[in-house]
Amino acid sequence: MRAKRKRLYILLSALLCFGGATALVLAAFDDSLAFFYAPKDLLAAPPGPQQAIRLGGLVEAGTLERAGREVRFQVTDRVESVPVLYSGVLPDLFREGQGVVVEGKLSPNGLFQAHRVLAKHDENYMPREVAEALKASGEWQPAAGGPAQAGAAQ
Amino acid sequence: MIPELGHYALVLALLVAVAQTAIPLYGAAQGAGRLMAFAYQAAYIQFLLLAIAFAALIQSYLVSDFTVLNVVQNSHSLKPLLYKLSGAWGNHEGSLLLWVLMLALFGAGVALFGGNLPASLRARVLAIQALIAVGFLAFMLATSNPFIRVVPPPLDGNDLNPLLQDPGLAFHPPLLYLGYVGFSLVFSFAVAALIEGRVDPAWAGWVRPWTLIAWTALTAGIALGARWAYYELGWGGWWFWDPVENLSFMPWLAGTALLHSVSAVEKRGAFKAWTLLLAILAFSLSLLGTFIVRSGLLTSVHAFAVDPERGVFILALLCIAIGGSLALYAWRAPRLTPGGNFGTLSRESGLLLNNLLLSAACATVLAGTLYPLFLELASGTLVSVGPPFYAKTFVPLTIPLLILMGIGPMLAWKKADLSRVLSRLALAAGLSVAIGLLVAWLLGGGAIMAVFFLGLAAWLVLSSLTDLAERLRLFRVPLGDSLARLSGLPRRQWGMTLAHAGLGIAIAGMTASSVWKDERIETLMPGESMEIAGYVLTLEGVRRMTGPNYRAEQAALAVTYDGRAIDRLYPERRFYPVQQMPTSEAAIRITVGGDLYAVLGEGDPAEQGGFPVRVYFEPLVAWIWAGTLIMSVGGLLSIAARQPARRTAGRPTAPQPAE
Repeated sequence: MRAKRKRLYILLSALLCFGGATALVLAAFDDSLAFFYAPKDLLAAPPGPQQAIRLGGLVEAGTLERAGREVRFQVTDRVESVPVLYSGVLPDLFREGQGVVVEGKLSPNGLFQAHRVLAKHDENYMPREVAEALKASGEWQPAAGGPAQAGAAQ
Repeated sequence: MIPELGHYALVLALLVAVAQTAIPLYGAAQGAGRLMAFAYQAAYIQFLLLAIAFAALIQSYLVSDFTVLNVVQNSHSLKPLLYKLSGAWGNHEGSLLLWVLMLALFGAGVALFGGNLPASLRARVLAIQALIAVGFLAFMLATSNPFIRVVPPPLDGNDLNPLLQDPGLAFHPPLLYLGYVGFSLVFSFAVAALIEGRVDPAWAGWVRPWTLIAWTALTAGIALGARWAYYELGWGGWWFWDPVENLSFMPWLAGTALLHSVSAVEKRGAFKAWTLLLAILAFSLSLLGTFIVRSGLLTSVHAFAVDPERGVFILALLCIAIGGSLALYAWRAPRLTPGGNFGTLSRESGLLLNNLLLSAACATVLAGTLYPLFLELASGTLVSVGPPFYAKTFVPLTIPLLILMGIGPMLAWKKADLSRVLSRLALAAGLSVAIGLLVAWLLGGGAIMAVFFLGLAAWLVLSSLTDLAERLRLFRVPLGDSLARLSGLPRRQWGMTLAHAGLGIAIAGMTASSVWKDERIETLMPGESMEIAGYVLTLEGVRRMTGPNYRAEQAALAVTYDGRAIDRLYPERRFYPVQQMPTSEAAIRITVGGDLYAVLGEGDPAEQGGFPVRVYFEPLVAWIWAGTLIMSVGGLLSIAARQPARRTAGRPTAPQPAE
């Protein structure tokens, strides 16, 4: 009887721990996932203003403006462009014409308010999501040394 | 010639590993002593061969042999010597070679120090260890050979990613690998025990020190990686819940659970099957960590290469290792004799809860890490799981765990008197609450969770001290007697107290530096100043300089506090021409209360009216490094403890430390 009771306790505490963990995970999946959008998708189906998302594409050449700490630029997938506002210092690897991922929220007026800017620099590498998005928009040009160079030449 | 020697040694090592798997397993099944003894010699030869291969690779890097593809891709003749050396394992192929070298080192360790193991167990452990090496060596030779030549050789190499050109690279990966590979040995012990069909306290006594070695190395390795990220990436963050970080953290969580359940097996014979499962899981997570990072499934600084052929090979290896061992477990584990009985309130129950909570926490990290991969496969949707997810899942699960950590060590085995334990901990609990309230009052309210976690940190330190005081019978017996007890305290006790208290210190640092971090960004002309957390930083000037393989701009910032000049910081912006890559070198003034962290930003001073300077104040961040260091020292002390621990008959009722 005692052994049975003990097994019951163990089973209950295991259920409690893992059930609790599952509940927490499901609840968190509901509201703290950041979905990835290309500019095209963002304009086709804009998320709510409270929804944290990631926007990826190329920094459109010639759109970078600095005013003190505020930085404005456009992120493009060569189909659509989205204006981005960011307040802070850009990462070392941020360049016009190159791949970038920005995290933040889309304001109702269409301006993307970024709270984080991620940039990776390489002649033939860019964030995977950005490469996928460019492939999807038919703008991926691997033969021409990748879109990064093509963008810089634009 | 030297690279061919290395290549040849690798091939020989593979052949030896095959023999080291087959012959001892057959010998152990037949009870043939000489066949089993083959495992010892094979383990030494295996280690020797891999040491030769590793030395050959190091040599190729040191002399910048650009006929070797791996050297071309990751080195440059102008690179400083330290990075030529550590660059040898700062890439996919080299890091795998380091991995198998460590695998063989652990094997040789068992052959050398395992004299008191039963012959069949030792032979089987070494055979399984060799089987893992077979998988890795075949993978290396088929897809990731570091000794491939290139014709015609280029004049110079591509250099190493500048972010990796840091002393951190010399220690962080080897320590992590020591941890991952340490779990391989525990895994081999578990599989060997499943084959033998026997797990007893003696088995746990042999496994425990190896688990501790792995755990200690992993603790130090993760802490070093966090510290490296903190100063190298230029924004003062030490943990991002990046998939690659999570992949090193999960084996740590499983390994921590394992460490505690092994001691239950050792002391009481309880949780045998569960311990075997944890050993398999800890190593499976290590394999996942090693391979997912390498497979290119995740993009990050850590992901060196993307190659579909490797991906398939890796998947096959993972399936065989994890699936095979779990199948063996399902088949053999039910035959294990059940362990000792224990009451509902006992040390065993505490350890059980610890294990359940750690596993559940580990599962949430696993879910967050793998979910984006599955979602993309299933629906093509790209999603990222960031810090907010872990703040809502992992963090709440640690709360009961941290509370329990204070109580568990004071519970007696088999049957504990909870009310007595709680009454002894009342002072520590009261003080922790008081510390939390004091912090809240000093800050005028605000971040409730942060205050709560600081209280928990205090609780961990204070309850560990209470436990220690109880064992010394401090203030109950004359002070001299307490001191005598102090010198007689087992090293395992010290290990546990330090590990628990160290975690408390680290948690205080993690909480304070993430919640009360302060940031200022300004553009300064020489002579202008900015202020943060009471410090005034004045830009004295910016000068150009040239390093061995980079150019740099270096700012001089004079730091004053209360009008007194106290320091000067020199943040740099570097540009590495070979890789066409700029990096920031932060300048950090470290104090107990908090770090002052300065970064020179990018921009044209003429256009923007000054040099962009970013300054952070990171409260208590040094406590993270101090706390994790204390935890590692605790681990080392525990490794050095005499085995087995069943000795002092003087205090039969005194609770024994958990590890």
